[in-house]
Amino acid sequence: MRRFLPALIFVCALLWAASSWRPPRAAANDFDLVTVGKIPVLVGGRIKPLDTVARNSLLIIHGKQTAQGAKGEPLSARRWLADTLFNAPVADQDPVFVIQNADVLGLFGWEQSDRKYFCFAELMPFLRQIDEQGALSEKLQSVERTAYQNAVLNLRNAMVLDQRLKNSVQPEDARSFTRELEAFEGGLPAAGKAARQRETGKSFDQTKLNDTAGLIALYQKLSEMAYILAVPPGSAQNSEWHSVGDSLLGSIPTDEIHPVVRMYARMGDAYRAGDHVAFNQHVDLLSNWMAQHQPTAVKRASFEFLFNQVDPFTHSMVLYVLAFLLACGSWLAWSRTLNRSAFYLLLLALAIHTFGLVSRMYLQERPPVTNLYSSAIFIGWGAVIVALILERIFRDGIGAACAGAIGFITLIIAHHLAGSGDTLEMLQAVLDTNIWLATHVVAITTGYSAMFLAGMLAIIYVIRGVFTRSLNKKTADSLTRMTYGVVCFATFFSFVGTVLGGIWADQSWGRFWGWDPKENGAVLIVLWCAVILHARWGGYIRQRGLMIMVIFGNVITSFSWFGVNMLGVGLHSYGFMQKAFPWLCGFILSQLALMAVAAVPLERWRSFQTTAESSRLRAGRPAMKFTPPRLAVETIPD
Amino acid sequence: MLRTFFSWFTSLKLTITCLIAAMILIFAGTLAQVHFGIHEVQQRYFQSWFVWWPTESQGFRIPIFPGGHLIGAVLLINLVAAHWKRFRWAWSRLGIHLTHAGLIIMLAGGLFTDLFAVESQMRLVQGETKNYSQDPRFVELAVIDTTDPEFDQVAAIPEAVLRRHETIKHGTWPFQIVVRQFFQNSRLRLLSGSNIGAAPIANQGPGAQVAVESLPRATGVDERNVVSAAIEIVPIDQATGAAGPSLGTWLVSDALGALQTFSWAGHTWQLVMRPARYYQPFSVRLQKFTHERYPGTEIPKNFSSRITLLDAERALSRDVLIYMNHPLRYRGETFYQAGFQKDDQASILQVVRNPSFIAPYVACVIVGLGLLVQFGYHLVGFARQRRAALA
Repeated sequence: MRRFLPALIFVCALLWAASSWRPPRAAANDFDLVTVGKIPVLVGGRIKPLDTVARNSLLIIHGKQTAQGAKGEPLSARRWLADTLFNAPVADQDPVFVIQNADVLGLFGWEQSDRKYFCFAELMPFLRQIDEQGALSEKLQSVERTAYQNAVLNLRNAMVLDQRLKNSVQPEDARSFTRELEAFEGGLPAAGKAARQRETGKSFDQTKLNDTAGLIALYQKLSEMAYILAVPPGSAQNSEWHSVGDSLLGSIPTDEIHPVVRMYARMGDAYRAGDHVAFNQHVDLLSNWMAQHQPTAVKRASFEFLFNQVDPFTHSMVLYVLAFLLACGSWLAWSRTLNRSAFYLLLLALAIHTFGLVSRMYLQERPPVTNLYSSAIFIGWGAVIVALILERIFRDGIGAACAGAIGFITLIIAHHLAGSGDTLEMLQAVLDTNIWLATHVVAITTGYSAMFLAGMLAIIYVIRGVFTRSLNKKTADSLTRMTYGVVCFATFFSFVGTVLGGIWADQSWGRFWGWDPKENGAVLIVLWCAVILHARWGGYIRQRGLMIMVIFGNVITSFSWFGVNMLGVGLHSYGFMQKAFPWLCGFILSQLALMAVAAVPLERWRSFQTTAESSRLRAGRPAMKFTPPRLAVETIPD
Repeated sequence: MLRTFFSWFTSLKLTITCLIAAMILIFAGTLAQVHFGIHEVQQRYFQSWFVWWPTESQGFRIPIFPGGHLIGAVLLINLVAAHWKRFRWAWSRLGIHLTHAGLIIMLAGGLFTDLFAVESQMRLVQGETKNYSQDPRFVELAVIDTTDPEFDQVAAIPEAVLRRHETIKHGTWPFQIVVRQFFQNSRLRLLSGSNIGAAPIANQGPGAQVAVESLPRATGVDERNVVSAAIEIVPIDQATGAAGPSLGTWLVSDALGALQTFSWAGHTWQLVMRPARYYQPFSVRLQKFTHERYPGTEIPKNFSSRITLLDAERALSRDVLIYMNHPLRYRGETFYQAGFQKDDQASILQVVRNPSFIAPYVACVIVGLGLLVQFGYHLVGFARQRRAALA
């Protein structure tokens, strides 16, 4: 039985992961929202499927990618978006707006209760107040805002987004948009004639002009409100994506309405009528039209739909946790079996993680790291690979435990960083260079990975040494060797990355070094690595000293990765996140606590209490397999 | 004694101390940027020998921490001295030597940049041609003789000279300028009937109706100094050097945009306090500034300036596109796209002269190679041992 356990665990995990690849299918007697979800649109400067728009918008408004409807029934992101786009009055009853701040609730005269989700209809009477308060908060720098100001600004932004969505493919109060469009199209030639007659001073038909002028004003408003650019470039006259409103205004001189506008209108009319057969027909027509006229956009959007569906990072996150637990278990019992199970699980998790990473690169056409979110994904990925290599060499479960822990933690961090919406956002002008993103950013981020991996190894050393008896000499030595090697690796990548960053800065801002916070953060890591290596080579620190210093490396790396962004200054502060501040403080405190734990006298370490090693460890330096470079050894002063 | 001193300078403990001191300094300098502008922080922490406390006082100050220059210099001496003392050729130490040689180049290059690099800005409206760039951090007092209709004769007095309250003479001037008052930072207020008690510090030009209030030096993130001075023009007899009766006192200030004029001895001069200028032997004309956004968003996609480079000396006139990450390098100056103004009508180019810009490039390659060799050497040794142990 025990022999087959690793294979069994692996197969179960594989089946579980593979289940998410099954394409979803809409029920025959329901609206085909799966096909709707694959339709490409342009939002935020990027072509994406409506499925992504649904997920990201709901994430911004609701804080989660799924919600509950008015009667407590589960509400998927796609269903919610369909309601919002096509049937605003229904969507207005869905409690999706999250309000947790008591002061914001107080603004409306409401008491704080268990309820934290509210629907648009409930907030309607307070629109003006919300808008005013939001506008006031917006004037402040994000660092200066209070919790109330942040909350009310978020609420306003969420409501603005909701209103813009409602006016993206049709006016939110449309009854029969198809008929309205027909009237518009029919009225255009006559109105055009009347307008020309008026210009030349002849008599003209005022009513014809008035009818159409009313619609034009309506579509002008629609074009200002639209969030989604749903109408792809036509054959010749215009080469860009447009919103429905824009496209309608553009059809005034040509008297012709874009077919996609018409298709969305028919879908909306069928949706409001509850006629899923007609709706699905029109969805298929639109989908076919897109496939014919926008084949690349459709290909990309379908792939992104699959990517959303597969949800690779959540799956690998779960597998990392399992692998971590198995690896830790392997130090207690069934060492070989559990160790191997952990290793297989990690390989699977890494494969899924890699799929996610590469998919993002394909979708964005960029190197892997473009924002904080993707840096978290990449740090985890890099650390897991290095840790798995260590595991292959040493086969003692330590590499596996590190891989599991770091993979899990970084993906959790990434998950929480995704709250601001699209994680594949377009890049600021200065970042728009694949060469530097691929070299500087990747090198720096690899340096972070290695620092965190070294830190994790040191934490394992300390915890196993102080609290358990499992840290024997062999394990201690191999942990030291791993840590030392990983620190060297980190030094190399951090240094190269930092200097490449300097060269990039020289290329784009005209100076190699400007003491910008992010630059300083990077150089702090390099300096700390240099301190560790020189202290080691000089013999000033031994195993425990190395571990303590490496754990402090975690503090420095987290400051460099996150802390400097929280200062809200400098050229690199593209992403400011206040919410993460307590977490960062907590992390730093935990690391300082671990350093304090490691600083207890060696005879108090449970692993060293009884072994013969302890006396030797206390007396002198432990056997190191690496010969320290001569230069440093000779400088020992005494 | 000398030996002890020397061995102290070559010790590894000193290296580690310096590295840790550098970390503390950088950390403090990073946090300080929340409240102070980047230039202020650089001067206080990084481009100084000591960090002083209190930072502003004119009188008693104590150094509380070594500054960037001191740490860098000690580290440089330490590096060079240690290698001088212990240099011994061996393949196994190639990596270490390369790494440290690269670091020496990098530190020396950094020091060189600090001393000799000049940064300024060129602001161009579309269609405008300029042959100078400006440094908004410093001002100069320009005294322009406009008598000859063919050309102007300009003498520019740097801020540092004005600050010393000197009497300024110039070979061709039939007068001297006496700096009566100097304000590093100030606020100007138009005097009207209501503010009694405030008196003007000048009696000529618009300055006679303006009160000047002294302000502390600007240190904040987006703050700028408004430099002002009261200057007295005193005619001198060019033969004897004797001073005549004063022509009056003028207020010159960064906040006064307009030129002020005065006449003496048949010549007319203009006075203006303006951002310090650096003239180039060539000129630049902005043809078009473009600000691209991603469709349907306000996220900037690219900024670019199409300029014409005009150099009469070298018979050159060509169009160049400067855009993000693609600067123009010409005659030792580098022009970078730095910003824009006025609804995309004006472009701001950063102009940098840095004679040692190549140092970091060289240093990076050498150190990178050194680290690679060093750690690779370890890795190979480790793999060999491991194979031996397994066999």
